[in-house]
Amino acid sequence: MEAAAGGGCGSGPPLLLSEGEQQCYSELFARCAGAAGGGPGSGPPEAARTVPGTVTAAAGPVADLFRASQLPAETLHQITELCGAKRVGYFGPTQFYIALKLIAAAQSGLPVRIESIKCELPLPRFMMSKTDAEIRFGNPAELHGTKVQIPYLITEKNTFKRMDDEDKQQETQSPTMSPLASPPSSPPHYQRVPLSHGYSKLRSSTEQMHPAPYEARQPLVQPEGPSSGAPGAKPPRHKASLIRSFSVEREPHDNSSNYPDEPWRITEEQREYYVNQFRSLQPDPSSFISGSVAKNFFTKSKLSIPELSYIWELSDADCDGALTLPEFCAAFHLIVARKNGYPLPEGLPPTLQPEYLQAAFPKPKRECTLFDSYSESMPANQQPRDLNRMEKLSIKDTADFPVPTQDVTSDDKQALKSTADEALPKDMSEDPGRRKPLYYIFISYSSTSIEEAMKRGEDPPTPPPRPQKTHSRASSLDLNKVFQPSVPATKSGLLPPPPALPPRPCPSQSEQVSEAEIHPQLNRAPSQVAESSPTKKDIPHSQPPSKPIRRKFRPENSATESQEPPSTVGPVSAASGKPHAAVQKQSSKQKKAIQTAIRKNKEANAVLARLNSELQQQLKEVHQERIALENQLEQLRPVTVL
Amino acid sequence: MAVCVAVIAKENYPLYIRSIPTENELKFHYMVHTSLDVVDEKISAMGKALVDQRELYLGLLYPTEDYKVYGYVTNSKVKFVMVVDSSNTALRDNEIRSMFRKLHNSYTDVMCNPFYNPGDRIHSRAFDSMVTSMMIQVC
Repeated sequence: MEAAAGGGCGSGPPLLLSEGEQQCYSELFARCAGAAGGGPGSGPPEAARTVPGTVTAAAGPVADLFRASQLPAETLHQITELCGAKRVGYFGPTQFYIALKLIAAAQSGLPVRIESIKCELPLPRFMMSKTDAEIRFGNPAELHGTKVQIPYLITEKNTFKRMDDEDKQQETQSPTMSPLASPPSSPPHYQRVPLSHGYSKLRSSTEQMHPAPYEARQPLVQPEGPSSGAPGAKPPRHKASLIRSFSVEREPHDNSSNYPDEPWRITEEQREYYVNQFRSLQPDPSSFISGSVAKNFFTKSKLSIPELSYIWELSDADCDGALTLPEFCAAFHLIVARKNGYPLPEGLPPTLQPEYLQAAFPKPKRECTLFDSYSESMPANQQPRDLNRMEKLSIKDTADFPVPTQDVTSDDKQALKSTADEALPKDMSEDPGRRKPLYYIFISYSSTSIEEAMKRGEDPPTPPPRPQKTHSRASSLDLNKVFQPSVPATKSGLLPPPPALPPRPCPSQSEQVSEAEIHPQLNRAPSQVAESSPTKKDIPHSQPPSKPIRRKFRPENSATESQEPPSTVGPVSAASGKPHAAVQKQSSKQKKAIQTAIRKNKEANAVLARLNSELQQQLKEVHQERIALENQLEQLRPVTVL
Repeated sequence: MAVCVAVIAKENYPLYIRSIPTENELKFHYMVHTSLDVVDEKISAMGKALVDQRELYLGLLYPTEDYKVYGYVTNSKVKFVMVVDSSNTALRDNEIRSMFRKLHNSYTDVMCNPFYNPGDRIHSRAFDSMVTSMMIQVC
């Protein structure tokens, strides 16, 4: 590989570069060296590669690149000294790489030392200014094939979109890097221009430093344009893909780099979102979220328990088993970062420390001044903001999920499920492509909680109400009767018998009572169905069986209703005779709760059943119309044939 | 300065056990296991009425030729057992007590983590690092 070859010639201190860094650095180096190395005349890619030899980066482009990193001048001096360029007198590949790594370290806030390069660092960031682009434009005379250049610049913005398709991390910044190649003076301008394009080709460290004619590079411009990765770009892998897809429209407007700061920095949008989530869990922003609440919430993120445990350890600074707002934000941020593929840090990063978070975010809005003191520039925040804006947008859609999920413990599980069910399809139908990655995180929040809720809702009542419903539609009348006893067994809580009398010991009595109760609910629906039934012949199969059943319900219901009054007397008298009152009080309380839940479930069921029957009725009417129309057609047809 | 540190649950199964040197671990495990009998003896000797007043630090459980075993019980009957090298004569009782206190604090922090199910093995990195700091450096 060219990078390896470049590293091979003149290997200084052992530099461990990650793949992304290698790519980025070699591209940058190629840029700076590119002026000389720009292949002579034809066959640009091969030409560059075939020329071996030590490549050194021109001081001019290198200096400009370093200045673009927006570090103070003395830091840059330090870096140049440390990397050894001053010592050897030129920027060889090793020196250049070391310098880039030191720039990255300086930008991350680490001291500029040789040791800094040993750590894993984000890629260095380089700011492009619009003036560079103008300058580039402003020297058409010097550019051969200006037209090629200009359309390239114009297509810069399109390359952003193109880069969405290509899954390269650093490419978000490549078009913005191209203006870098436009120093004021023309000869360096010569050298700079190829920097913008011939990345893949110029990447080879074997480029020679000799001024190359533009023509060689012009053909490179457009083919290389899309492939030119942004060397200084540092958006983290996954975040970059997300950022690209999300902020594609905004990037062209900031001609400067849009790198997010370190992954551990919380942006405003993120912060607001976290605060909202905190509020949904705990209305008072200044108090804690208890451990169990937080556990439920974070478990929805579908990270593994050991990872969540570790994140908790990191974020719960005071180890009190509860999360304050800054702790919660830190934990949430770590989870989001982890979901985006970041490895978890060994220790809580300084930007996630509670003190820092509390200081940095005294007000929820517009803390840019504090931000800027740490970040490179305002636009630097836009990319993560874009990401998080979209996060927030996609999350807003699902924002009601965490809130309803807090009601998991309540009995309204049916209601919860229905809202979730409605919201889920609605969200899925929206822009799925962009929002999916983050959306899935939070959809999982809702779905798991709903599943848990449903599970909890279904476990206590031993006879789940649902089978009754289905059977009531499709099965014979006898089956309905069979299932009713099981349901009423729990439903008898509606009766006002003394708590000492649990329904189960008296299934026969409660069965009749609850039958009476259920039937009115069900019969609302079947009544409509029954009306239309006599007129329909060609109804869907589910209809005929249900209708006769439903109709039979009513006569049966009336029969049972007549039995109801006598039966209510029965349990009451029986209850008074029971000595188990004291013993069964507690269990009956639980049963009451269960019965309430069941009742509510049944009510919801009834509503849905009614809706279903109404729709069925409409379907039948439509069928009727269709038959009528067909008949008319038949009648008319012979006339027309003749 | 400890050679082996173990956290034993109420039901007498280990929640965390770690020893250095890493070879010959079985010997330490055996020692910890046998020391549990001594711990139980000491607890029961106190009697039911003294449960509240019982001191958590049990002191030297038993000495062997090469090692000394110290014990500590929490109010929830979670036992900490520490094996120290006998040759390490500089270790005083106070130091052992402070080590147990640190252990107890770290254990409490682990408990505070809602993702930790009581009864699971302890995998906390913070706890590990704390124990490492207490362990003797055998190089």
